[in-house]
Amino acid sequence: MAEVTQEWLVNEPLRGGQMWSRVLKRGQVLRLTDVAGDGAVAALLFNADSPLERYNMPDTLKAQHIARISAGNVLYSDMGRVLCSVIADSCGWHDTLTGLESSAASLKKYGPGDYQTLRNDWHRNSRDNLLVELAKYGLGKRDFGPNLNFFVKVAVDAEGKLSWVPGNSKPGSFIELRAEMNTLVLLSNTPHPLDPAPAYRARPVQLGVRFAPAVAADDPCRVSCPENERGFALTEAYFR
Amino acid sequence: MALSESSLDPKQAIFDTVLGSGLGFSHIVKRGETFRIVDLEGNQAVDTLFYDAADPSERYSAVDTMRTQGGIYLSTGSALMSTEGRVMLRITADTCGRHDTLGGACAAESNQVRYAIDKKYMHSCRDNFLLEIQQRRPQLSLRDLTANINFFMNVPVSPEGELHFDDGISAPGRYVEMRAESDVIVLISNCPQLNNPCNGYNPTPVRLLVWSA
Repeated sequence: MAEVTQEWLVNEPLRGGQMWSRVLKRGQVLRLTDVAGDGAVAALLFNADSPLERYNMPDTLKAQHIARISAGNVLYSDMGRVLCSVIADSCGWHDTLTGLESSAASLKKYGPGDYQTLRNDWHRNSRDNLLVELAKYGLGKRDFGPNLNFFVKVAVDAEGKLSWVPGNSKPGSFIELRAEMNTLVLLSNTPHPLDPAPAYRARPVQLGVRFAPAVAADDPCRVSCPENERGFALTEAYFR
Repeated sequence: MALSESSLDPKQAIFDTVLGSGLGFSHIVKRGETFRIVDLEGNQAVDTLFYDAADPSERYSAVDTMRTQGGIYLSTGSALMSTEGRVMLRITADTCGRHDTLGGACAAESNQVRYAIDKKYMHSCRDNFLLEIQQRRPQLSLRDLTANINFFMNVPVSPEGELHFDDGISAPGRYVEMRAESDVIVLISNCPQLNNPCNGYNPTPVRLLVWSA
């Protein structure tokens, strides 16, 4: 385990429209802060040492009997291991049901937003951003699975209908992911496909990376359900 | 929950087989053809994925399907969307009323998390998918397995964001039918799960039929 320190290893802005990636090493924490509120950051996660293993939405939901992500939850891979734990969350609800915005959908919604006209304020979309970022690690279209949408709430009613919930993320709200495996994190800070705002919204996000204290035996993510205790045990066995 | 029946006659089907529980299956359903899955004995989860036959990097997308139709359950009228935002198939008849696309497939590894570390030996859908593609669909690999449909499975979500695995709402002889909008590979695991009520703790065979366009 790395030395415990509160110093930021990374502390940098993620502009609206921008994508980002990093291998978050086991024991490191990534903090995403939604600086101005109403943010949306799409994310994909992979085992950095063996990217065939990746974030699995159904396994994450059914192990914890949840349909949203918040503090105390963990993000499972398809191999029964914990990629990351959500150790802090001042927002309360992060989506993993409703996917990415495509270039076609973005054009239909916001009209033309090309680079020629807007330079680096052009209308980037989450799918193309993540496709570019995937390519930097030898990954591609075949590696898209259901993603995470940080700071986004899409509620499900009793009939199963989905609805975008406005005002889910207040200015300054943040989420912290602690890597339990060496995790390749890919991010796109771009509008969510269900965002009803008529104009393209570029929202500022701040990213911080630091080391986490060692995971205690009574860590809240670990003990939040028996499934997670087994998930942590299987993850520890992998690194033994 | 609206139920809708089909007028297609099984005697006219161009493909008709029974798939036992715990088995994998794959088949190319051509554009315009209709594919039916019959839950012969009731409460049998049928884990299903679709790939574009010409370019399997385009495949069924649970998240695009749910978002596009604005709801999490699949039934008559649901358009099964691809990762490229195209309609791959449309559900044209459904006598069950609700199908899941959140619960994913069981796997040896996730069974350890969900039930007990010593459940790893138990047969699983992911192993069925992997054996089927290794033997018959060499263009596909583990990399291509994504969040699937569970036909006949009931996984309700509460407004508070809780997810439950409930008893099935299917019954013997109920079926779901879908028409392909382009040539697709259908990949199925007839689920062997014994640890939750998705199969009523008794996995059973299903019947698979195809009608020409």
